[in-house]
Amino acid sequence: MKHMGKKKKWFKGQVLTVLPLYLFTLLFVLGPMIYMVVLSFLTRAETWGILPELTLKNYQDIGEPIYLKTFWESIKLAVVSTLLIVAIGYPFGYFMAKLTGKWKKRVTMLLMIPFWTSSLIRLYGWIIIFRAGGVLDKLLNALHVTEEPLKLLYTYPAVVVGMVYALLPFMIFAVYSSAEKLDFSLVEAARDLGASPWKAFLTVTLKLTLPGLLSGVVLTFVPSMGLFFIADILGGNKVILVGNLIQDQLMKAHNWPFAASLSVILLALTSVMIYLYRKISGVKELEGLV
Amino acid sequence: MKNRTRLPQVYLGFLLALMYVPILLVIVYSFNESKISSVWSGFSLKWYRELFRDSAMFEALGNTLVLGAASSLCAGVVGTLGAYGMTKVKFRTKGAVEYISTLPIMIPEIILGMVFLAFFSLLGLPFGMTTLIIAHTAFCIPYVYMLVKARLVGMDKSLEEAAADLGASPVRVFFDITLPLLLPAIVSGMLLAFAMSVDDVIISVFVTGVNTNTLPLKIYTQMKTGVTPKINALCTLMFAATLLLCGLAAFLGRTPKKRDSKKELS
Repeated sequence: MKHMGKKKKWFKGQVLTVLPLYLFTLLFVLGPMIYMVVLSFLTRAETWGILPELTLKNYQDIGEPIYLKTFWESIKLAVVSTLLIVAIGYPFGYFMAKLTGKWKKRVTMLLMIPFWTSSLIRLYGWIIIFRAGGVLDKLLNALHVTEEPLKLLYTYPAVVVGMVYALLPFMIFAVYSSAEKLDFSLVEAARDLGASPWKAFLTVTLKLTLPGLLSGVVLTFVPSMGLFFIADILGGNKVILVGNLIQDQLMKAHNWPFAASLSVILLALTSVMIYLYRKISGVKELEGLV
Repeated sequence: MKNRTRLPQVYLGFLLALMYVPILLVIVYSFNESKISSVWSGFSLKWYRELFRDSAMFEALGNTLVLGAASSLCAGVVGTLGAYGMTKVKFRTKGAVEYISTLPIMIPEIILGMVFLAFFSLLGLPFGMTTLIIAHTAFCIPYVYMLVKARLVGMDKSLEEAAADLGASPVRVFFDITLPLLLPAIVSGMLLAFAMSVDDVIISVFVTGVNTNTLPLKIYTQMKTGVTPKINALCTLMFAATLLLCGLAAFLGRTPKKRDSKKELS
């Protein structure tokens, strides 16, 4: 009996340890999420606020050409940025994993510093580079490539550069954590057995680092549609992403139900990507997330 | 198979250098005498002097630090206890709650911002420091939780069992054995959480009140309207703080690794 009592008390103690996490998660993560979904079906009041009348109007509004175009442009930008990030980040993560211990640590550190530096500081650096008569113009002038200022600030390419720069570390760390677990002797074995370098890469290296690569894609593709401040700062008003649209609807138009429906669509898109990632890679957690 | 080319090293070096170019430019131009950042007119510390005279900047700095400390501390407690407890309890909802609790760092930040804005105004919470702390805690918890969980998986359970067999109460086992073993993971999780909180713009934009400014919010609004090199000076100081924080993290991260390698040897 005494033992039973002790067991019970023990169990109570364990419940107490998870209680804060349960409460916080239900109240401040799940609760708000559910409210967002509900909100997306409510009616916007004439001037300010929300009427408790169910409607599908907010979702029908997304079908309007102007908003569809925003979604399409966002996805296009996300695809372009993600492809560039894969092309630049995959080799980086892979080469990093192949370094010897001492250098691995050094490169990780050198990578952590910009990653931990405020993204605004790093964006601001790009303003200095891109602005008319800025560093890039001066450099190109000095090299006699161009005479006229390029006026790259507030253009589409500037936004792409900003996105790639901000999100590249996520891809690198994801690929790296996958590639680090890769047994490089497998690649050698494939080569010894007569596989061409290309074939060895496709059948061994790429296959085994796929969870990292896919995780990197999820971690870069999804956020790139929401990072409105990059589009704001480097794109001026010329590039409008779903993120900018949501922000405008919330802060300027005060049409919260519509902002909620846009968020629900973006969330659905995110969920599909995470689901696909789990399905293809067979890994539950995103590689290299923390 | 030895690398016959130095291509990988060149590639890594080139890209790393490129990553630092924008940061270095911000630093260089913070010492620029001229107000227009495209013209270099000589070395000067005047923007730093102006920065230190700006009391609103200091208020924003204070807010940022309080917010980062409070939310990483809350996340430290909730995340650590949660990760520890989750390995012990056998609730059916465990998997679902774990998944939902990590959502804040998997979904685009803008959704989190929108969701909190709507939810807090539904609850009638006044926007300001409280709402900022709740929102930041939400995305800080996953960092602590995941790092502590990973550490728990790799931990030697026999130490806890031995202490329990020798008569230590569960609470004592937790504080004397488990917590010290988890400490490196907790600290790096909290540091990461702190860094994320201090850097956050997107979520803060939505949940802050009219009178509560944080440094990133101030920089963001200035970058949109028009910048003076004062921002460069501020960014430079923030970068120096980041360097310190990274150094600290590296220093703290050193100990457990040594321990692990010792374990492998024996």
